Amino acid sequence: MLDVRGLKKVYEGSGRRVEAVRDLTFTVGAGELVCLVGPSGCGKTTLLKCMGGLLAPTAGEVLLEGRQVTGPPPGMAFVFQEYGRSLFPWMRVGENVELPLKQKGLSKARRRDLVADALRSVGLADASSAYPWQLSGGMQQRVAIARALAYEPRVLLMDEPFAAVDAQTRADLEDLVRGLWRERGITILFVTHDIDEAVYLGERVVVLSASPTVVQEQLKVDLPPDRDQLHTRVAPRFAELRTHVYEQIQAAKRGVQLGGTPLEAAPMDAPPPLKDGLR
Amino acid sequence: MRLGYVLALPAVLVAVWWVASDDSTDVYWPPLRTILETFPDVWTGERLRADVLPSVLRLAGGYTLAAVAGIALGTVIGSHRRVRAVCEPVLEFLRAVPPPVLVPVIMLFAGIGDTMKVVVIAAGCVWPVLLNTVEGVRAVDPVMTETARSYGITGLARLRDLVLPSASPQIFAGLRQALSIGIILMVISEMFAASNGLGFTIVQFQRGFAIPGMWTGILVLGLLGFVLSVLFQLVERRVLGWYHGLRASTRRSR
Amino acid sequence: MKGVNLALGAAGLAAFLALGEAVPRLGLVKEAYFPPTSRIADALGDELADSAFWTALGDTLTGWALGLAIAVGAGIVAGVVISVVPHLREATASTIEFLRPIPSVALIPLAVLLYGTELRSVLLLVVYASFWQILIQVLYGVQDVDPVAEETARSYGLGTWARIRHVLWPTALPYVMTGVRLAAAVALILAITAELVIGAPGLGARIAVAQTSQAVPEMYALIVVAGLLGLLINVGARTVERRALAWHQSVRGEVAV
Repeated sequence: MLDVRGLKKVYEGSGRRVEAVRDLTFTVGAGELVCLVGPSGCGKTTLLKCMGGLLAPTAGEVLLEGRQVTGPPPGMAFVFQEYGRSLFPWMRVGENVELPLKQKGLSKARRRDLVADALRSVGLADASSAYPWQLSGGMQQRVAIARALAYEPRVLLMDEPFAAVDAQTRADLEDLVRGLWRERGITILFVTHDIDEAVYLGERVVVLSASPTVVQEQLKVDLPPDRDQLHTRVAPRFAELRTHVYEQIQAAKRGVQLGGTPLEAAPMDAPPPLKDGLR
Repeated sequence: MRLGYVLALPAVLVAVWWVASDDSTDVYWPPLRTILETFPDVWTGERLRADVLPSVLRLAGGYTLAAVAGIALGTVIGSHRRVRAVCEPVLEFLRAVPPPVLVPVIMLFAGIGDTMKVVVIAAGCVWPVLLNTVEGVRAVDPVMTETARSYGITGLARLRDLVLPSASPQIFAGLRQALSIGIILMVISEMFAASNGLGFTIVQFQRGFAIPGMWTGILVLGLLGFVLSVLFQLVERRVLGWYHGLRASTRRSR
Repeated sequence: MKGVNLALGAAGLAAFLALGEAVPRLGLVKEAYFPPTSRIADALGDELADSAFWTALGDTLTGWALGLAIAVGAGIVAGVVISVVPHLREATASTIEFLRPIPSVALIPLAVLLYGTELRSVLLLVVYASFWQILIQVLYGVQDVDPVAEETARSYGLGTWARIRHVLWPTALPYVMTGVRLAAAVALILAITAELVIGAPGLGARIAVAQTSQAVPEMYALIVVAGLLGLLINVGARTVERRALAWHQSVRGEVAV
């Protein structure tokens, strides 16, 4: 579905040269929910913007359904971390959701249905005529998600969408995303710096190294598909997985590759372990 | 209570003016009573049509021209970094030229007719609109820009739904400055050379030592300024309702 | 990046000047109406050598500076008094809203009758126009005072004067500086207008004389001077604003971009 091959991104400007992403290769299968985690400042956003066609990679390529991504592809929607700045404050909630559909050239009736359906799915059926800034942060992010849903994407890219909301809202939104994923079968790539969130949400977790970024490890999350905040987060398996990811990220920060695995669940296509004897 | 606040001070001021000037024999400061008595004699329907209307039309023409040109050029210059860098020093200079000195220059080209006045007003009003539009267009939030791009919103739709609304608070700030400049230019271009108009009439009164008439002219000009500013505010509140709401909500949450 | 921008700006300016030279030379407009850049430059040179020009420049600057100073002083005092005295703000709001948009040029005939071509004519127009810019900004600024800071000051028993000095003034200062910047530009416009229309001595009057005597290049040279003066005032006011408020949010935001 979504292939990232040998992606490299180097920023150049005013005499400085910053290698944000060195060499990234991974795939996201159709209908999968994959979480990307990595230490802060590891180029997660850069990667996502390259995948969304918002940034041109220096080398390597991103393929969506076999076709190379050169600009924002029509089958892909993006949810940004800065919900307050991603919604247009001069448009009402309904208009915000409808805008991309107008651009798609859909009929008025079809647009109305899609907007109503998307707002209902995120629990904001009544907010259509409010302005975004009249809503709380969590509700604004719901609007942004509704806008993405109404666009009917096959792939949804989410860039730390819940980093700026409070803990309780965040838990609700996590359940919302999982619910929508199961309901609609969209492929979701979810970037976060929160390990618990990655393990709780994902079917698979891709751990990134510190910048310049490579894939540190890929891990299948073998938790049951029915997850809930109360039970899943206290399950022993959840604790094992999060501990494992935590160790990987700590290692990533120190810039080493952890060999082997403390877990039964073998990392998928793990990079060849370095015999560094750190463990 | 609120109405009391609104009306109390103006009422006191008018009363003070009335009483203080009532037995004034100073030619230049006629009693307010005389001014008010003169008012209906001077500002007849005929005079409104012959003098106020042409002034207002010239202002409207020049102002609209300036607004359209300023916003259009400002959008182009603001969206291209290179163009902006090339134009910036020249624009800074042109903006800094005090607009009234345009009157003699434009008289050379356009004579002393209505064209001259409209061009003078347009030439003076365009700079604040232009420069504010450039600033507003330049400062469009990068996250909003990327949002628009990721949803394939480009071209005209991008201009209509993203760039212009986002720059509109700045554009309106420019339009407001332009309005006061426009009124100044309307009056002085008519004082310089005209055969009708508010500025012309007031100067005629002053030269003819028709002092109460001159005072009524000053009142009319003041009223015109006030009415235009109220109209402007009405439009601004309507168009920028979202902006004031947004500001109020961020202030509350601060 | 900065160097590139500077070069592009210089190129733009050069192109502007070259265009000013070429357009009349090519006969696109009459040279009598729009002399080429070089002739304007010559005229400017002549002006600079003329002591009458410097007197006129001095007169304009005097009217501008004096008027601005009076307006700033009066605007700040009035603004603070209106904000501090209870109920005064509500009571004056409608009057301010009515008086502010009255165009100061409406006062030209009155100025002519009362003061003729004296400096006081210029001052009347300049002060009236700039005063409102300052007053409004002071009022905005005071509105921005953090109620918590105000309560804190009150709870520690700070008197009215101390509260003005330590709470109200620092908060309002950035707004006052913005007001001064706007007023400085407006003051120049009105000073030149007064000279141009009424004939009070100064650059504006010199422009009017050049116009009536058909000395077109001189007229353009004087307009260039007026523009440069305006530019100097704008840039100067912005620099002062930035220097004085290097710590303040609104300025910081501008710099960071």
